[in-house]
Amino acid sequence: MSQSTSPHSIQSLIKPKSIRPTVFWRLAEDIPRPLNTVLMIASIAIPLLLWWLVTTFGNIDPKFLPSPAKVMEAFGRLWSTRELLKDTVASLWRVGVGFLFAALLSIPVGVLMGSFPSIRALLEPVFGLMRYMPAPAFIPLLILYLGIGEEPKITLIFIGVFFFNSLMVMDTVKFVPKELIEATYMLGGNRWEALTQVILPHVLPGILDACRINLAAAWQLVIVSELIAATEGLGRRISVAGRFLRTDEIFVGLIVIGVIGLAFDLLFQYLLRLTCSWASQKR
Amino acid sequence: MFLQINKLNKNFETQSGTLVVLKDIDMAIEQGEFICAVGASGSGKSTLLRQIAGLDHPTTGEVRIEGNSVTGPGPDRGMVFQHYTLFPWKTVQENTEFGLKLQGVPKKERREQASYYLNVVGLSQFAQALPKALSGGMKQRVAIARALASEPKILLMDEPFGALDIHTKESMHEFMIDLWQRTGITVFMITHDVEEAVFLSNRIYALGARPGTVRKVMTISLPNRTHLVKRQSVFHDYRDELMDLLRQHGQEALATL
Repeated sequence: MSQSTSPHSIQSLIKPKSIRPTVFWRLAEDIPRPLNTVLMIASIAIPLLLWWLVTTFGNIDPKFLPSPAKVMEAFGRLWSTRELLKDTVASLWRVGVGFLFAALLSIPVGVLMGSFPSIRALLEPVFGLMRYMPAPAFIPLLILYLGIGEEPKITLIFIGVFFFNSLMVMDTVKFVPKELIEATYMLGGNRWEALTQVILPHVLPGILDACRINLAAAWQLVIVSELIAATEGLGRRISVAGRFLRTDEIFVGLIVIGVIGLAFDLLFQYLLRLTCSWASQKR
Repeated sequence: MFLQINKLNKNFETQSGTLVVLKDIDMAIEQGEFICAVGASGSGKSTLLRQIAGLDHPTTGEVRIEGNSVTGPGPDRGMVFQHYTLFPWKTVQENTEFGLKLQGVPKKERREQASYYLNVVGLSQFAQALPKALSGGMKQRVAIARALASEPKILLMDEPFGALDIHTKESMHEFMIDLWQRTGITVFMITHDVEEAVFLSNRIYALGARPGTVRKVMTISLPNRTHLVKRQSVFHDYRDELMDLLRQHGQEALATL
Protein backbone atom coordinates (compact mmCIF):
# COMPACT_ATOMS: atom_id res chain seq x y z
CA MET A 1 0.00 0.00 0.00
CA SER A 2 1.41 3.33 -0.96
CA GLN A 3 1.27 6.04 1.63
CA SER A 4 -0.26 9.13 0.05
CA THR A 5 1.01 12.35 1.54
CA SER A 6 -1.49 15.05 2.21
CA PRO A 7 -1.12 17.91 -0.26
CA HIS A 8 0.14 21.37 0.68
CA SER A 9 -2.61 23.75 1.56
CA ILE A 10 -3.91 25.58 -1.49
CA GLN A 11 -5.54 28.33 0.56
CA SER A 12 -2.92 30.86 -0.60
CA LEU A 13 -3.75 30.12 -4.25
CA ILE A 14 -7.48 30.71 -3.97
CA LYS A 15 -8.38 34.15 -5.31
CA PRO A 16 -11.04 35.80 -3.17
CA LYS A 17 -14.13 36.78 -5.07
CA SER A 18 -17.32 38.50 -4.07
CA ILE A 19 -20.52 39.37 -5.85
CA ARG A 20 -21.45 42.98 -5.25
CA PRO A 21 -25.13 43.94 -5.15
CA THR A 22 -26.41 45.66 -8.28
CA VAL A 23 -29.65 46.96 -9.72
CA PHE A 24 -28.99 47.35 -13.44
CA TRP A 25 -26.88 44.21 -13.99
CA ARG A 26 -29.10 41.74 -12.18
CA LEU A 27 -28.76 38.39 -13.87
CA ALA A 28 -32.04 36.53 -14.46
CA GLU A 29 -33.67 38.47 -11.63
CA ASP A 30 -36.43 41.06 -11.65
CA ILE A 31 -35.47 44.71 -11.72
CA PRO A 32 -37.56 47.36 -9.93
CA ARG A 33 -40.77 48.24 -11.79
CA PRO A 34 -40.04 51.97 -12.25
CA LEU A 35 -36.64 51.19 -13.77
CA ASN A 36 -38.28 48.68 -16.07
CA THR A 37 -40.82 51.26 -17.25
CA VAL A 38 -38.16 53.93 -17.79
CA LEU A 39 -35.98 51.56 -19.81
CA MET A 40 -38.94 50.46 -21.94
CA ILE A 41 -39.84 54.05 -22.73
CA ALA A 42 -36.19 54.85 -23.47
CA SER A 43 -36.10 51.93 -25.89
CA ILE A 44 -38.48 53.79 -28.22
CA ALA A 45 -37.67 57.37 -27.23
CA ILE A 46 -33.89 57.29 -27.73
CA PRO A 47 -33.96 56.16 -31.40
CA LEU A 48 -36.71 58.72 -32.08
CA LEU A 49 -34.65 61.43 -30.42
CA LEU A 50 -31.52 60.45 -32.34
CA TRP A 51 -33.48 60.48 -35.56
CA TRP A 52 -34.81 63.96 -34.79
CA LEU A 53 -31.37 65.29 -33.76
CA VAL A 54 -29.63 63.92 -36.85
CA THR A 55 -32.21 65.30 -39.27
CA THR A 56 -32.50 68.68 -37.51
CA PHE A 57 -28.86 69.49 -36.80
CA GLY A 58 -27.07 67.27 -39.26
CA ASN A 59 -26.80 68.42 -42.84
CA ILE A 60 -28.61 65.48 -44.41
CA ASP A 61 -30.50 65.40 -47.68
CA PRO A 62 -34.19 64.68 -46.83
CA LYS A 63 -34.29 62.44 -49.89
CA PHE A 64 -31.80 60.30 -47.98
CA LEU A 65 -33.26 60.57 -44.47
CA PRO A 66 -36.46 62.58 -43.95
CA SER A 67 -37.17 64.20 -40.58
CA PRO A 68 -39.87 62.83 -38.24
CA ALA A 69 -42.01 65.85 -39.09
CA LYS A 70 -41.80 65.12 -42.82
CA VAL A 71 -42.75 61.50 -42.22
CA MET A 72 -45.74 62.61 -40.15
CA GLU A 73 -46.70 64.91 -42.99
CA ALA A 74 -46.48 62.07 -45.50
CA PHE A 75 -48.57 59.93 -43.15
CA GLY A 76 -51.25 62.63 -43.05
CA ARG A 77 -51.18 62.94 -46.81
CA LEU A 78 -51.50 59.20 -47.44
CA TRP A 79 -54.17 58.89 -44.78
CA SER A 80 -56.32 61.70 -46.16
CA THR A 81 -56.34 60.19 -49.66
CA ARG A 82 -57.34 56.84 -48.06
CA GLU A 83 -54.46 55.18 -49.94
CA LEU A 84 -52.79 54.08 -46.73
CA LEU A 85 -55.97 52.49 -45.42
CA LYS A 86 -56.50 50.65 -48.71
CA ASP A 87 -52.92 49.36 -48.64
CA THR A 88 -53.15 48.28 -45.02
CA VAL A 89 -56.44 46.47 -45.55
CA ALA A 90 -55.04 44.70 -48.61
CA SER A 91 -51.98 43.47 -46.72
CA LEU A 92 -53.97 42.50 -43.62
CA TRP A 93 -56.41 40.53 -45.73
CA ARG A 94 -53.62 38.52 -47.39
CA VAL A 95 -51.93 37.80 -44.08
CA GLY A 96 -55.27 36.98 -42.46
CA VAL A 97 -56.34 34.44 -45.07
CA GLY A 98 -52.90 32.87 -45.61
CA PHE A 99 -52.10 32.63 -41.92
CA LEU A 100 -55.54 31.34 -40.96
CA PHE A 101 -55.36 28.49 -43.47
CA ALA A 102 -51.80 27.66 -42.44
CA ALA A 103 -52.66 27.69 -38.73
CA LEU A 104 -55.88 25.71 -39.11
CA LEU A 105 -53.99 22.98 -40.94
CA SER A 106 -50.66 23.05 -39.13
CA ILE A 107 -52.08 22.83 -35.60
CA PRO A 108 -53.75 19.42 -36.03
CA VAL A 109 -50.86 18.17 -38.18
CA GLY A 110 -48.32 19.33 -35.57
CA VAL A 111 -50.28 17.79 -32.69
CA LEU A 112 -50.52 14.49 -34.58
CA MET A 113 -46.79 14.57 -35.39
CA GLY A 114 -45.93 15.23 -31.76
CA SER A 115 -48.31 12.59 -30.41
CA PHE A 116 -47.76 9.70 -32.81
CA PRO A 117 -44.18 8.64 -33.63
CA SER A 118 -45.55 6.98 -36.77
CA ILE A 119 -46.96 10.24 -38.14
CA ARG A 120 -43.76 12.01 -37.10
CA ALA A 121 -41.58 9.55 -39.00
CA LEU A 122 -43.84 9.97 -42.02
CA LEU A 123 -43.84 13.78 -42.11
CA GLU A 124 -40.83 15.16 -40.24
CA PRO A 125 -38.18 14.52 -42.94
CA VAL A 126 -40.14 16.22 -45.72
CA PHE A 127 -41.24 19.08 -43.44
CA GLY A 128 -37.68 19.55 -42.24
CA LEU A 129 -36.56 19.82 -45.85
CA MET A 130 -39.33 22.22 -46.83
CA ARG A 131 -38.56 24.42 -43.85
CA TYR A 132 -35.10 25.14 -45.20
CA MET A 133 -36.40 26.27 -48.57
CA PRO A 134 -36.96 30.02 -48.20
CA ALA A 135 -40.57 30.78 -49.01
CA PRO A 136 -39.69 33.78 -51.26
CA ALA A 137 -37.73 31.37 -53.47
CA PHE A 138 -41.09 29.85 -54.42
CA ILE A 139 -42.32 33.13 -55.92
CA PRO A 140 -41.35 32.35 -59.55
CA LEU A 141 -43.03 28.95 -59.32
CA LEU A 142 -46.13 30.41 -57.70
CA ILE A 143 -46.44 33.02 -60.43
CA LEU A 144 -46.01 30.29 -63.03
CA TYR A 145 -48.67 28.08 -61.42
CA LEU A 146 -51.12 30.60 -60.03
CA GLY A 147 -50.62 33.82 -62.01
CA ILE A 148 -50.20 37.21 -60.40
CA GLY A 149 -53.49 37.62 -58.50
CA GLU A 150 -54.12 37.04 -54.82
CA GLU A 151 -53.60 33.27 -54.96
CA PRO A 152 -49.78 33.23 -55.25
CA LYS A 153 -49.45 35.79 -52.41
CA ILE A 154 -51.69 33.84 -50.05
CA THR A 155 -49.99 30.58 -51.03
CA LEU A 156 -46.60 32.13 -50.30
CA ILE A 157 -47.73 33.01 -46.77
CA PHE A 158 -49.19 29.55 -46.37
CA ILE A 159 -45.89 27.89 -47.39
CA GLY A 160 -43.88 30.18 -45.15
CA VAL A 161 -46.03 29.49 -42.09
CA PHE A 162 -47.34 25.94 -42.45
CA PHE A 163 -44.09 23.96 -42.18
CA PHE A 164 -42.57 26.05 -39.41
CA ASN A 165 -45.77 26.09 -37.40
CA SER A 166 -46.28 22.32 -37.75
CA LEU A 167 -42.77 21.61 -36.47
CA MET A 168 -43.05 24.09 -33.61
CA VAL A 169 -46.41 22.69 -32.50
CA MET A 170 -44.90 19.20 -32.70
CA ASP A 171 -42.15 20.31 -30.35
CA THR A 172 -44.57 21.62 -27.74
CA VAL A 173 -46.32 18.25 -27.72
CA LYS A 174 -43.02 16.56 -26.89
CA PHE A 175 -43.00 18.46 -23.60
CA VAL A 176 -46.21 16.86 -22.33
CA PRO A 177 -45.04 14.69 -19.41
CA LYS A 178 -45.52 11.00 -20.18
CA GLU A 179 -46.91 10.50 -16.67
CA LEU A 180 -49.90 12.75 -17.44
CA ILE A 181 -50.85 10.46 -20.33
CA GLU A 182 -50.28 7.35 -18.24
CA ALA A 183 -52.35 8.87 -15.42
CA THR A 184 -55.15 9.36 -17.96
CA TYR A 185 -54.99 5.68 -18.94
CA MET A 186 -55.04 4.65 -15.27
CA LEU A 187 -58.15 6.79 -14.76
CA GLY A 188 -59.95 4.93 -17.53
CA GLY A 189 -59.19 7.12 -20.54
CA ASN A 190 -58.35 5.81 -23.99
CA ARG A 191 -55.92 7.24 -26.55
CA TRP A 192 -58.47 9.55 -28.11
CA GLU A 193 -59.38 10.99 -24.70
CA ALA A 194 -55.73 11.39 -23.78
CA LEU A 195 -55.18 13.27 -27.05
CA THR A 196 -58.18 15.57 -26.86
CA GLN A 197 -58.56 16.06 -23.11
CA VAL A 198 -54.96 16.01 -21.92
CA ILE A 199 -52.45 16.66 -24.71
CA LEU A 200 -54.50 19.37 -26.43
CA PRO A 201 -55.18 21.56 -23.38
CA HIS A 202 -51.60 21.04 -22.22
CA VAL A 203 -50.11 22.32 -25.49
CA LEU A 204 -52.56 25.18 -26.03
CA PRO A 205 -50.17 27.82 -24.61
CA GLY A 206 -47.36 26.43 -26.77
CA ILE A 207 -49.60 26.53 -29.85
CA LEU A 208 -50.54 30.15 -29.22
CA ASP A 209 -46.88 31.02 -28.79
CA ALA A 210 -45.89 29.24 -32.02
CA CYS A 211 -48.66 31.09 -33.86
CA ARG A 212 -47.49 34.38 -32.41
CA ILE A 213 -43.95 33.83 -33.69
CA ASN A 214 -45.06 32.62 -37.10
CA LEU A 215 -47.49 35.48 -37.56
CA ALA A 216 -44.41 37.71 -37.62
CA ALA A 217 -43.05 35.57 -40.46
CA ALA A 218 -46.37 35.84 -42.31
CA TRP A 219 -46.28 39.60 -41.95
CA GLN A 220 -42.81 39.72 -43.49
CA LEU A 221 -43.82 37.48 -46.38
CA VAL A 222 -46.82 39.58 -47.36
CA ILE A 223 -44.53 42.55 -47.81
CA VAL A 224 -42.14 40.48 -49.90
CA SER A 225 -44.97 39.13 -52.04
CA GLU A 226 -46.24 42.64 -52.73
CA LEU A 227 -42.84 43.85 -53.82
CA ILE A 228 -43.17 41.61 -56.89
CA ALA A 229 -46.59 42.19 -58.38
CA ALA A 230 -49.43 43.99 -56.71
CA THR A 231 -51.67 46.98 -57.27
CA GLU A 232 -52.06 47.77 -53.57
CA GLY A 233 -50.59 46.77 -50.24
CA LEU A 234 -47.99 48.15 -47.86
CA GLY A 235 -45.16 46.36 -49.65
CA ARG A 236 -46.36 47.77 -52.94
CA ARG A 237 -46.50 51.24 -51.37
CA ILE A 238 -42.86 50.98 -50.30
CA SER A 239 -41.64 49.73 -53.65
CA VAL A 240 -43.47 52.49 -55.55
CA ALA A 241 -42.19 55.12 -53.13
CA GLY A 242 -38.69 53.80 -53.66
CA ARG A 243 -39.00 54.16 -57.41
CA PHE A 244 -39.92 57.84 -57.07
CA LEU A 245 -37.46 58.52 -54.24
CA ARG A 246 -40.27 59.38 -51.81
CA THR A 247 -38.24 58.37 -48.79
CA ASP A 248 -40.80 59.79 -46.37
CA GLU A 249 -43.43 57.38 -47.72
CA ILE A 250 -41.03 54.46 -47.33
CA PHE A 251 -40.75 55.40 -43.67
CA VAL A 252 -44.52 55.64 -43.30
CA GLY A 253 -44.85 52.15 -44.77
CA LEU A 254 -42.16 50.70 -42.53
CA ILE A 255 -43.59 52.24 -39.36
CA VAL A 256 -47.15 51.12 -40.11
CA ILE A 257 -45.89 47.57 -40.76
CA GLY A 258 -43.96 47.58 -37.49
CA VAL A 259 -46.82 48.95 -35.40
CA ILE A 260 -49.35 46.47 -36.79
CA GLY A 261 -46.94 43.59 -36.22
CA LEU A 262 -46.38 44.69 -32.64
CA ALA A 263 -50.13 45.00 -32.10
CA PHE A 264 -50.59 41.40 -33.27
CA ASP A 265 -47.86 40.26 -30.92
CA LEU A 266 -49.45 42.00 -27.95
CA LEU A 267 -52.84 40.59 -28.91
CA PHE A 268 -51.46 37.05 -28.84
CA GLN A 269 -49.74 37.65 -25.52
CA TYR A 270 -53.03 38.92 -24.13
CA LEU A 271 -54.86 35.85 -25.47
CA LEU A 272 -52.26 33.63 -23.88
CA ARG A 273 -52.70 35.25 -20.48
CA LEU A 274 -56.47 35.13 -20.82
CA THR A 275 -56.84 31.47 -21.76
CA CYS A 276 -53.89 29.86 -20.04
CA SER A 277 -53.49 31.46 -16.64
CA TRP A 278 -52.64 28.00 -15.27
CA ALA A 279 -49.45 27.97 -17.32
CA SER A 280 -48.11 31.34 -16.22
CA GLN A 281 -44.95 30.99 -14.22
CA LYS A 282 -44.31 33.17 -11.25
CA ARG A 283 -41.79 35.80 -12.18
CA MET B 1 -55.72 -14.69 -3.52
CA PHE B 2 -56.35 -11.06 -4.38
CA LEU B 3 -53.21 -9.97 -6.22
CA GLN B 4 -50.94 -12.64 -7.57
CA ILE B 5 -47.66 -12.27 -9.42
CA ASN B 6 -46.42 -15.50 -10.98
CA LYS B 7 -42.85 -16.08 -12.16
CA LEU B 8 -42.61 -12.56 -13.53
CA ASN B 9 -39.52 -11.71 -15.60
CA LYS B 10 -38.86 -8.42 -17.29
CA ASN B 11 -35.99 -7.80 -19.70
CA PHE B 12 -35.09 -4.60 -21.51
CA GLU B 13 -33.27 -4.76 -24.81
CA THR B 14 -30.43 -2.23 -24.79
CA GLN B 15 -27.62 -1.50 -27.20
CA SER B 16 -25.21 -3.50 -25.06
CA GLY B 17 -27.49 -6.52 -24.91
CA THR B 18 -30.34 -7.80 -22.79
CA LEU B 19 -30.77 -6.22 -19.37
CA VAL B 20 -32.57 -8.39 -16.84
CA VAL B 21 -34.54 -5.99 -14.65
CA LEU B 22 -36.88 -8.34 -12.81
CA LYS B 23 -36.16 -12.03 -12.27
CA ASP B 24 -38.61 -14.69 -11.06
CA ILE B 25 -40.83 -12.39 -9.02
CA ASP B 26 -43.54 -14.21 -7.08
CA MET B 27 -45.95 -12.33 -4.86
CA ALA B 28 -49.24 -13.20 -3.24
CA ILE B 29 -51.22 -10.41 -1.64
CA GLU B 30 -54.51 -10.67 0.27
CA GLN B 31 -57.31 -8.17 0.12
CA GLY B 32 -56.89 -5.31 2.59
CA GLU B 33 -53.13 -5.66 3.00
CA PHE B 34 -50.76 -2.73 3.01
CA ILE B 35 -47.70 -3.94 1.12
CA CYS B 36 -44.46 -2.08 0.57
CA ALA B 37 -41.85 -3.24 -1.93
CA VAL B 38 -38.55 -1.85 -0.71
CA GLY B 39 -35.35 -1.77 -2.69
CA ALA B 40 -32.38 0.34 -3.66
CA SER B 41 -32.17 1.95 -7.08
CA GLY B 42 -31.69 -0.74 -9.68
CA SER B 43 -33.99 -3.20 -7.93
CA GLY B 44 -36.60 -2.66 -10.64
CA LYS B 45 -39.27 -1.70 -8.14
CA SER B 46 -40.85 0.97 -10.33
CA THR B 47 -40.77 -1.44 -13.26
CA LEU B 48 -42.59 -3.98 -11.10
CA LEU B 49 -45.32 -1.48 -10.27
CA ARG B 50 -45.74 -0.64 -13.95
CA GLN B 51 -46.39 -4.32 -14.69
CA ILE B 52 -49.12 -4.39 -12.04
CA ALA B 53 -50.56 -1.14 -13.38
CA GLY B 54 -50.58 -2.60 -16.88
CA LEU B 55 -48.55 0.32 -18.26
CA ASP B 56 -45.91 -2.20 -19.30
CA HIS B 57 -45.98 -5.89 -20.07
CA PRO B 58 -43.87 -8.65 -18.49
CA THR B 59 -41.43 -10.52 -20.71
CA THR B 60 -42.67 -13.75 -19.14
CA GLY B 61 -45.00 -14.50 -16.26
CA GLU B 62 -48.17 -12.67 -15.32
CA VAL B 63 -49.99 -10.44 -12.88
CA ARG B 64 -53.46 -11.49 -11.77
CA ILE B 65 -55.99 -9.44 -9.85
CA GLU B 66 -58.90 -11.45 -8.45
CA GLY B 67 -57.90 -14.18 -10.86
CA ASN B 68 -57.99 -12.00 -13.97
CA SER B 69 -54.77 -11.45 -15.86
CA VAL B 70 -53.73 -7.81 -16.17
CA THR B 71 -53.44 -6.84 -19.83
CA GLY B 72 -53.49 -3.06 -19.74
CA PRO B 73 -54.04 0.03 -17.59
CA GLY B 74 -57.44 0.64 -16.07
CA PRO B 75 -59.30 2.41 -13.29
CA ASP B 76 -59.75 -0.76 -11.21
CA ARG B 77 -56.20 0.02 -10.05
CA GLY B 78 -55.77 3.52 -8.66
CA MET B 79 -52.31 4.85 -9.38
CA VAL B 80 -50.42 7.56 -7.52
CA PHE B 81 -47.24 8.55 -9.34
CA GLN B 82 -43.91 9.67 -7.98
CA HIS B 83 -44.10 12.98 -9.81
CA TYR B 84 -47.06 15.28 -9.56
CA THR B 85 -49.51 14.24 -12.23
CA LEU B 86 -52.42 16.58 -11.59
CA PHE B 87 -53.70 18.28 -14.71
CA PRO B 88 -52.52 21.86 -14.20
CA TRP B 89 -55.40 23.50 -16.09
CA LYS B 90 -58.06 21.69 -14.05
CA THR B 91 -59.16 22.71 -10.58
CA VAL B 92 -58.72 20.28 -7.68
CA GLN B 93 -62.40 19.33 -8.01
CA GLU B 94 -62.11 18.78 -11.79
CA ASN B 95 -58.95 16.73 -11.31
CA THR B 96 -60.70 14.51 -8.80
CA GLU B 97 -63.72 14.11 -11.08
CA PHE B 98 -61.70 13.44 -14.22
CA GLY B 99 -61.48 9.65 -13.91
CA LEU B 100 -65.22 9.40 -13.31
CA LYS B 101 -65.85 11.69 -16.28
CA LEU B 102 -63.74 9.42 -18.48
CA GLN B 103 -65.78 6.46 -17.26
CA GLY B 104 -69.06 8.14 -18.14
CA VAL B 105 -70.37 8.88 -14.64
CA PRO B 106 -73.06 11.63 -14.83
CA LYS B 107 -72.12 15.09 -13.64
CA LYS B 108 -74.08 15.11 -10.39
CA GLU B 109 -72.85 11.74 -9.17
CA ARG B 110 -69.24 12.40 -10.03
CA ARG B 111 -69.36 15.76 -8.30
CA GLU B 112 -70.67 14.14 -5.12
CA GLN B 113 -68.14 11.34 -5.29
CA ALA B 114 -65.23 13.73 -5.84
CA SER B 115 -66.40 15.98 -3.01
CA TYR B 116 -66.59 12.99 -0.71
CA TYR B 117 -63.01 11.91 -1.40
CA LEU B 118 -61.69 15.48 -1.27
CA ASN B 119 -63.20 15.55 2.19
CA VAL B 120 -61.51 12.23 3.00
CA VAL B 121 -58.11 13.72 2.13
CA GLY B 122 -59.01 16.94 3.95
CA LEU B 123 -58.90 19.29 0.96
CA SER B 124 -62.55 20.31 0.54
CA GLN B 125 -61.75 23.97 0.99
CA PHE B 126 -59.30 23.82 -1.95
CA ALA B 127 -61.81 22.29 -4.39
CA GLN B 128 -61.79 25.33 -6.66
CA ALA B 129 -58.01 25.95 -6.51
CA LEU B 130 -55.62 25.17 -9.35
CA PRO B 131 -52.84 22.65 -8.60
CA LYS B 132 -50.16 25.35 -8.79
CA ALA B 133 -51.62 26.88 -5.62
CA LEU B 134 -51.06 23.66 -3.64
CA SER B 135 -48.03 22.40 -1.73
CA GLY B 136 -46.37 19.10 -2.66
CA GLY B 137 -48.13 17.14 0.06
CA MET B 138 -51.50 18.58 -0.89
CA LYS B 139 -50.92 17.71 -4.55
CA GLN B 140 -50.29 14.08 -3.64
CA ARG B 141 -53.41 14.02 -1.46
CA VAL B 142 -55.45 15.24 -4.44
CA ALA B 143 -53.79 12.52 -6.55
CA ILE B 144 -54.85 9.97 -3.93
CA ALA B 145 -58.41 11.35 -3.88
CA ARG B 146 -58.48 11.21 -7.68
CA ALA B 147 -57.39 7.56 -7.63
CA LEU B 148 -59.85 6.63 -4.86
CA ALA B 149 -62.79 8.35 -6.55
CA SER B 150 -63.00 5.51 -9.09
CA GLU B 151 -63.35 3.06 -6.16
CA PRO B 152 -60.38 0.95 -7.25
CA LYS B 153 -59.69 -2.55 -5.95
CA ILE B 154 -56.13 -1.60 -5.12
CA LEU B 155 -54.12 1.58 -4.69
CA LEU B 156 -50.72 1.50 -6.44
CA MET B 157 -48.22 4.06 -5.22
CA ASP B 158 -44.82 4.76 -6.76
CA GLU B 159 -42.66 6.51 -4.14
CA PRO B 160 -45.47 9.01 -3.65
CA PHE B 161 -43.82 10.86 -0.79
CA GLY B 162 -40.26 10.86 -2.11
CA ALA B 163 -40.26 14.56 -2.95
CA LEU B 164 -41.75 15.73 0.36
CA ASP B 165 -39.91 17.22 3.31
CA ILE B 166 -39.65 15.07 6.42
CA HIS B 167 -42.49 16.66 8.40
CA THR B 168 -44.93 16.62 5.51
CA LYS B 169 -43.88 13.04 4.88
CA GLU B 170 -44.62 12.08 8.47
CA SER B 171 -48.08 13.59 8.39
CA MET B 172 -48.72 11.86 5.05
CA HIS B 173 -47.78 8.56 6.70
CA GLU B 174 -50.31 9.06 9.46
CA PHE B 175 -52.82 10.14 6.84
CA MET B 176 -52.20 6.90 4.88
CA ILE B 177 -52.63 4.73 7.97
CA ASP B 178 -55.87 6.52 8.80
CA LEU B 179 -57.08 6.17 5.21
CA TRP B 180 -56.18 2.49 5.08
CA GLN B 181 -57.95 1.73 8.35
CA ARG B 182 -61.07 3.66 7.35
CA THR B 183 -61.46 2.40 3.78
CA GLY B 184 -59.90 -1.04 4.12
CA ILE B 185 -58.38 -0.63 0.67
CA THR B 186 -55.48 -2.81 -0.49
CA VAL B 187 -52.32 -0.76 -0.97
CA PHE B 188 -49.20 -1.69 -2.90
CA MET B 189 -46.50 0.89 -2.45
CA ILE B 190 -42.97 1.23 -3.81
CA THR B 191 -40.37 2.99 -1.71
CA HIS B 192 -36.68 3.10 -0.92
CA ASP B 193 -37.41 4.62 2.49
CA VAL B 194 -37.03 1.80 5.02
CA GLU B 195 -38.70 3.63 7.91
CA GLU B 196 -41.63 4.54 5.70
CA ALA B 197 -42.06 0.89 4.73
CA VAL B 198 -41.89 -0.42 8.31
CA PHE B 199 -44.29 2.21 9.59
CA LEU B 200 -46.94 1.71 6.89
CA SER B 201 -46.91 -1.94 5.85
CA ASN B 202 -48.25 -5.10 7.32
CA ARG B 203 -45.88 -6.96 4.99
CA ILE B 204 -42.72 -5.91 3.20
CA TYR B 205 -41.14 -7.38 0.12
CA ALA B 206 -37.41 -6.60 0.22
CA LEU B 207 -36.00 -6.51 -3.29
CA GLY B 208 -32.39 -7.17 -4.26
CA ALA B 209 -30.85 -5.28 -7.14
CA ARG B 210 -29.45 -6.16 -10.58
CA PRO B 211 -31.48 -8.14 -11.34
CA GLY B 212 -34.47 -7.28 -9.14
CA THR B 213 -35.49 -10.31 -7.11
CA VAL B 214 -37.49 -10.87 -3.96
CA ARG B 215 -34.88 -11.43 -1.24
CA LYS B 216 -37.12 -11.58 1.76
CA VAL B 217 -40.71 -11.17 2.84
CA MET B 218 -41.15 -9.62 6.27
CA THR B 219 -44.37 -9.52 8.25
CA ILE B 220 -44.55 -6.39 10.36
CA SER B 221 -46.44 -6.38 13.61
CA LEU B 222 -46.37 -3.08 15.46
CA PRO B 223 -48.23 -2.34 18.71
CA ASN B 224 -49.70 0.80 17.19
CA ARG B 225 -49.29 3.06 14.15
CA THR B 226 -48.65 6.49 15.55
CA HIS B 227 -45.39 8.39 15.14
CA LEU B 228 -44.46 7.41 18.71
CA VAL B 229 -43.99 3.81 17.61
CA LYS B 230 -40.95 4.94 15.66
CA ARG B 231 -39.15 5.40 18.99
CA GLN B 232 -39.78 1.87 20.18
CA SER B 233 -37.25 -0.92 19.92
CA VAL B 234 -39.62 -3.20 17.99
CA PHE B 235 -39.67 -0.58 15.24
CA HIS B 236 -35.90 -0.23 15.33
CA ASP B 237 -35.43 -3.99 15.08
CA TYR B 238 -37.51 -4.20 11.90
CA ARG B 239 -35.78 -1.17 10.47
CA ASP B 240 -32.27 -2.44 11.22
CA GLU B 241 -32.99 -5.89 9.86
CA LEU B 242 -34.28 -4.42 6.62
CA MET B 243 -31.40 -1.93 6.42
CA ASP B 244 -28.84 -4.70 6.86
CA LEU B 245 -30.54 -6.78 4.22
CA LEU B 246 -30.54 -3.92 1.70
CA ARG B 247 -27.01 -2.86 2.56
CA GLN B 248 -25.70 -6.35 2.01
CA HIS B 249 -27.44 -6.56 -1.35
CA GLY B 250 -26.30 -3.09 -2.24
CA GLN B 251 -22.71 -4.10 -1.73
CA GLU B 252 -23.16 -7.26 -3.76
CA ALA B 253 -24.67 -5.21 -6.55
CA LEU B 254 -21.84 -2.68 -6.43
CA ALA B 255 -19.27 -5.46 -6.64
CA THR B 256 -20.83 -6.75 -9.85
CA LEU B 257 -20.77 -3.36 -11.58
